Amino acid sequence: MSVTSVDKDLDNLTLTLIADFAAPLERVWRLWADPRQLERWWGPPSYPATVEEHDLTPGGEVTYYMTGPEGDRYRGWWRITSVTEPASLEFTDGFADDDGKPKDDMPTTSVRVRLTEHEGGTRMELRSLFDTREQMEQLAAMGMEEGLKESVGQIDALLAA
Amino acid sequence: MDRLFHALADTTRRDILRRCVRGELSVSRLAEAYPMSFAAVQKHVAVLERAGLVTKQRSGREQLVRTDPDAVGRARQALDELESAWRGRVDRMARLLADEPRSDEPGSDEPRTSTPRAFDPDEKNTTEGSER
Repeated sequence: MSVTSVDKDLDNLTLTLIADFAAPLERVWRLWADPRQLERWWGPPSYPATVEEHDLTPGGEVTYYMTGPEGDRYRGWWRITSVTEPASLEFTDGFADDDGKPKDDMPTTSVRVRLTEHEGGTRMELRSLFDTREQMEQLAAMGMEEGLKESVGQIDALLAA
Repeated sequence: MDRLFHALADTTRRDILRRCVRGELSVSRLAEAYPMSFAAVQKHVAVLERAGLVTKQRSGREQLVRTDPDAVGRARQALDELESAWRGRVDRMARLLADEPRSDEPGSDEPRTSTPRAFDPDEKNTTEGSER
């Protein structure tokens, strides 16, 4: 498996995940930097993502929507806070309304990605944290990720087959 | 999932949820906050309740609305969900990387067949024999 370690800090509401890939660093960076690549992994299989804007510069935005099984759409955005190509990326991830306008009353998470060369492949260190406890509570209450859980189960079943 | 999205698709319901995350509130207290009838607010609370987002408890003549009071459990659940989401993404990333032949390896850009034949010692013969 690609995931090497996972740490969950309940006090600071932070998830830190380390994954190792058997691919060159530039190639792993392209998963983030190429919108066509990004949309192939961001959303779960039942809610695939379509990326519209994709500007990986500080202050730039990535906008996307995920399409559900019944054609229902859920919009989201990233606001880029820091980029060092091809080694690191930081952004805020949030939800948007139907017009793509950020929803201020929905939770956001801050994401930091770092790529380093590691044993002939690439190590990705990902940190994702809830910006406030209130937002964490809200997201937990929402159970937004139920669908994602389900898709992880599907992937596990595929891999085990 | 649909019930959750439906429950959260409405601004008033998201606002009710946010207020209740800060501490339990009575339906009548909530109703004071919105330009709508008590019955309308009660309906919104019922939608949230059906989606499992809040619970309602009777206290004397009041109905108290609250989210799960176990904050630590909440934090754990939220982080577990975040972990599941990212594990799923990492798995998809790994598969994307594996799907694409590496251009820096000689011979890796040969046409791929739909069935892997890595363990077949007579790959060429078998391919020709079975497909021609």
